Amino acid sequence: MAWTALSIGLDALSYGMVLFIISIGLSIMMGLMRVVNLAHGAFAMIGGYLASFALKSAGVGYPLAIVLAVLGTIAIAFPLEFLLYRRIYRKSDELTQILLTIGIAFVIIGVANYILGPTTKSIPLPSLLSGPVDLGFRMIPAHRIFVMICGVCTAGLLWLLIDRTEFGIRLRAAVDNGDMAESLGIKTQILFSATFALAVGLAAFGGVVGAELLPVEPFYALRYMVTFLVVVSVGGAGSIPGAVAASILLGLADTTGKYLAPEYGEFFFYLAVILVVFLFPNGLLGRRH
Amino acid sequence: MTDRIMVDGMSAPRFSVPLELRAVAITLALGALGYTLFPDDLAFLTRLISITLLVLSLDLVTGYCGVATLGHAAIYGVSAYVVGNACLAGHSDPLLLLLVGAVAGAVMGLVSGLLVTRFKGLPQLVLSIAVGQLIAALANKLSSLTGGSDGLSGISPGRLFGVYAFDMYGRTGYVFSVAVLMVVFVVLLRIVHSPFGLLCQAIKDDSLRARMIGARVYPRLVLMYGVSGVVGGIGGALNAINTGVVGLDSVGFERSAEALVMLVLGGAGSLWGALIGSIVFQVFEHYVSAANPFHWMTMVGALLIAVVLFAPKGLVSLGGLLAGRAASLLRRRP
Repeated sequence: MAWTALSIGLDALSYGMVLFIISIGLSIMMGLMRVVNLAHGAFAMIGGYLASFALKSAGVGYPLAIVLAVLGTIAIAFPLEFLLYRRIYRKSDELTQILLTIGIAFVIIGVANYILGPTTKSIPLPSLLSGPVDLGFRMIPAHRIFVMICGVCTAGLLWLLIDRTEFGIRLRAAVDNGDMAESLGIKTQILFSATFALAVGLAAFGGVVGAELLPVEPFYALRYMVTFLVVVSVGGAGSIPGAVAASILLGLADTTGKYLAPEYGEFFFYLAVILVVFLFPNGLLGRRH
Repeated sequence: MTDRIMVDGMSAPRFSVPLELRAVAITLALGALGYTLFPDDLAFLTRLISITLLVLSLDLVTGYCGVATLGHAAIYGVSAYVVGNACLAGHSDPLLLLLVGAVAGAVMGLVSGLLVTRFKGLPQLVLSIAVGQLIAALANKLSSLTGGSDGLSGISPGRLFGVYAFDMYGRTGYVFSVAVLMVVFVVLLRIVHSPFGLLCQAIKDDSLRARMIGARVYPRLVLMYGVSGVVGGIGGALNAINTGVVGLDSVGFERSAEALVMLVLGGAGSLWGALIGSIVFQVFEHYVSAANPFHWMTMVGALLIAVVLFAPKGLVSLGGLLAGRAASLLRRRP
């Protein structure tokens, strides 16, 4: 019994970490720019597609493929920021944002599958990560440990970036009061663009390292469109500890549900979402806007 | 606000035909046009009408109350499943089934309204998604009631008024659907122009102000959600009656998102917009999606971006603009 619980806990943790890595970018973006970005999953998908292409067709190594995927996704996403996202930062209503970003996601799905073909894209792991690791009570794929390490590192580095750097100070100032930050000489537009790049890069990173748990397939962007949004909402937009808590909580709800009652699908995941949103409408650790 | 009034009628006081009469004439004309254009594909048209009712239902909460929801298909799908089960249980009179669908939709609408309109903004959106996904997961699980992923099949409604059978050509089904759409549309026109409908629009425009003048916001929104549920439920019932099958797609997230896209394409906050949006979208989909689904997604995406950027009030505002230009040109002539 205890072993089952521990086993579920480990799987939930690795799933939660993938959710965290992808969602945290969206969370920061929603905290700062107040954009309900339903295309966030599409950027994770682009990352996965690029990594798969780099590994299988260009033949580069796994670490380099991750770097290429992140940079490539940022390069692809940047024109979208310049042309479209800038118009909906902070001021538009949710409906406009939803529609614009659903539109972007649809275009990305259509174009990506036109160029690279509508098949599931595998991201072959290096031999170091593909084998199992014996934990004494059960075997766990080495890849899951890698994902957990990635999640912890991402959280730590982001905390350093936001809490300890000049960029972080400006970012927090703009989140607290955008107009005041602007009048104190902080160039919020540049800050927004940098945050967008950071968010998209994190999405691509999560899309690549999480590909074993969330397979990169043609409708990836559509399938997980709401999952990441839900994680952000449950955690509270803009809060790193909130996103960690929400990812682990929802990872636990989903994994436990699938272990103990697999026929219910995502029932428990969304039941947990309804309960949390009802009790904490601004998210577990979010603030009122 | 002024745009909407212009679009919804009463623009030309000189030859004022009652709005309801115009709606009857237009729906009948559209019905006849559809019959002449697609005589061999009435099944497509009946499906189109069923989805149009879902979009109208969504317009009531999104367009008239400002509730952003991505879970509206829950109402449509639940009612389709209830109607399917009622028919399989032996209650096969089409009008009775329609009533069953409306009641099921109303219940579902009130329940989701109670949950969703409690908050505003992001929590509201996420709750609407969660309710929709919860229903979809349940529909998959309760396969004894829904047929699971195989769908609920074998629904065969009886004769309409005991005379007209729902045959394989779908003529009865088509005429029945057009008639239902016409009645629903006229009733909805009355509702959105009633004091209750206007109050909902006031809540949408400024809910704080509405509260200050004494409106009880939450109960009004829940009530409108109930009305919306009736309309969506009738749509779901038509789907079950006409196709004889109810699948998981009728409760899915894609159905909700698509309905929202159709609504915004046509113009949220106008019943005409909902009507135009769902017709245009589905006729295009009929041709393009069959050719290549990914080209279809690219096109819909690009269209959505264009509508949001250039015509945020939808096709109906463009139509209104053109009509206004034409009218002023005519008036200038001596």
